[in-house]
Amino acid sequence: MALVEVRGLTKTYQRDAQVIPVLENLDLDIEKGEFMALMGPSGSGKSTLLNLLAGLDHPTSGSIRVEGQEVSGMSSRQLATWRSRHVGFIFQRYNLLPVLTAFQNVELPLLLTSLSKKERRDHVHTSLNVVGLADRVDHYPRQLSGGQEQRVGIARAIVSDPTLILADEPTGDLDAVAGDEILTLLERLNSEFGKTIVMVTHDPRAADRSHRIMHLEKGVLTR
Amino acid sequence: MAVPILYNVRSLRQRPVSTLATALGMALVVAVFIAVMALASGFSAALARTGSRDNAIVLRQGADSELASGLDRDAAQIISAMPFVARGADGRPLVSPEVYVIINLDRPGGGTANVVARGVSAQAFEVRKGVRVVEGRTFRSGAPEILIGRSIASRFGSTAVGDKLRFANRDWTVVGHFEAGGSSFESEIWGENEQFMPAFRGEVFQSVTFRMQDPAALKGLEQTLEKDPRLRVDVEREYDFYANQSTLLTQILEFFAVFVTSIMAVGAVAGAVNTMYAAVANRAPEIAVLRTLGFRPAAIVGSFLLESVAIALAGGIIGCLLALPINGITTSTTNWSSFSEVAFPFRVTPDLLAAGLAFALLMGLVGGFFPALRAARMPIVQALRQA
Repeated sequence: MALVEVRGLTKTYQRDAQVIPVLENLDLDIEKGEFMALMGPSGSGKSTLLNLLAGLDHPTSGSIRVEGQEVSGMSSRQLATWRSRHVGFIFQRYNLLPVLTAFQNVELPLLLTSLSKKERRDHVHTSLNVVGLADRVDHYPRQLSGGQEQRVGIARAIVSDPTLILADEPTGDLDAVAGDEILTLLERLNSEFGKTIVMVTHDPRAADRSHRIMHLEKGVLTR
Repeated sequence: MAVPILYNVRSLRQRPVSTLATALGMALVVAVFIAVMALASGFSAALARTGSRDNAIVLRQGADSELASGLDRDAAQIISAMPFVARGADGRPLVSPEVYVIINLDRPGGGTANVVARGVSAQAFEVRKGVRVVEGRTFRSGAPEILIGRSIASRFGSTAVGDKLRFANRDWTVVGHFEAGGSSFESEIWGENEQFMPAFRGEVFQSVTFRMQDPAALKGLEQTLEKDPRLRVDVEREYDFYANQSTLLTQILEFFAVFVTSIMAVGAVAGAVNTMYAAVANRAPEIAVLRTLGFRPAAIVGSFLLESVAIALAGGIIGCLLALPINGITTSTTNWSSFSEVAFPFRVTPDLLAAGLAFALLMGLVGGFFPALRAARMPIVQALRQA
């Protein structure tokens, strides 16, 4: 059984009287330990698919099962709890809270667990170590470079050891060098720590670093 | 699990101007609220302190104030002879048949004001335990001498010890100042009843106040006096009599406090709503991130409510600090039961400060509620796109 099973997934948006289809009857399996890239032109539905996999949005129809658990039918409350345990999300624009330090940003997901303060501190330090920012724990986002901010974002995504890491254009706002460092880090998370990663990207060089590339065209998956 | 408070505190510091403006708006409301309530509280306390629970006051039947009352000498004699009237060390009854008139005095800054002139018996100082001469001496029997209450001594001309004050077509020598525990007696002029009687209304007293031998037996002596065919009088505990005088004005002041500050509060709450909506709009991506991480809508509501309440609390504290200096400042108003001036200090009590803070918190909760709700209901995906 695949880690993620998507069956007949359809998502439409309503604009006035017009129904706009975004994803149409989509099937997809993602195996445990896989590093998959999702490519496609703007408006092809990549981010919509990623948001549905993350439980940030409800599908119009179809099903998403993660580790055998049906996600698509959950309420918003159930989804919130599910996300906190199973999903690590990496954003294009890092989306760190500007008023919190690197340490505090990475600690946020752990506040939703029953870990003690000491355990949380240990986890945060481990995560920041993995992304190579052990010396930046007390820095605020504005004191970090874009690449460093994204590494804090990655530390936040992995700190609670989620089932699935979802990355939405993680190198989209970075220069080539910083982008390359991030991709190397994602590769390492996959190969060294066995993390399952789904990455949306425009950049073919970024996609080449993954195991499998899927293309979305007008809401339909092509290989 | 709640969003860390640190996040709110630091976010507030990110926008100091709007935070401070909102807090100051609330501070003003709280300060006005406390000030008006302190006025009501001061007035009510001054009148409540005036009467003693050990004394009874006798007025003509149906008279609701001393001004409307009249009792002749015979009535005063009959009351004095009653067995339930306490007696002093010298064996004389502790009774003060009193003349009560309103006189008009010039204010030093121009204009005039009504002041109570009370003619009392020699026993009055024993009947009313708290009354004490603090400067000069008391008036001598048979002399046109007067004592001035401490509260009005500084508010009118010719009231210093040794001055001559002219009223009722006579000159009266000020021989002393007295205090009466902050009660409304301190806003009166006292002289001997036998001197005041001919100068004003002729052979009539307005009230008779006496010390009860057994203060618990008020009901019984009330019946005895009210049923005595020689008398046509009403009896009341002196404390209740003065406390009741303050009820109407106190209620009006309290109504005014609530009414005016409610209108101001609407403005302050609108300010808070505005500030919080702006905060929610500016931080939409941050809220979306918190939701993505798994923080529940309730945690988001709590977080933004907390922020609004924190602003309100700061406003409340500033408001209390603004209002505090008025504590003890003496002001005056007309006692509507006697149409005379009563001077009293503003009373900012701990209860009032607590009420002011509670009022601020309420404004914070009301002002933060809808913005917090909007924050929690924001669709995550759309909010993330604003990043």
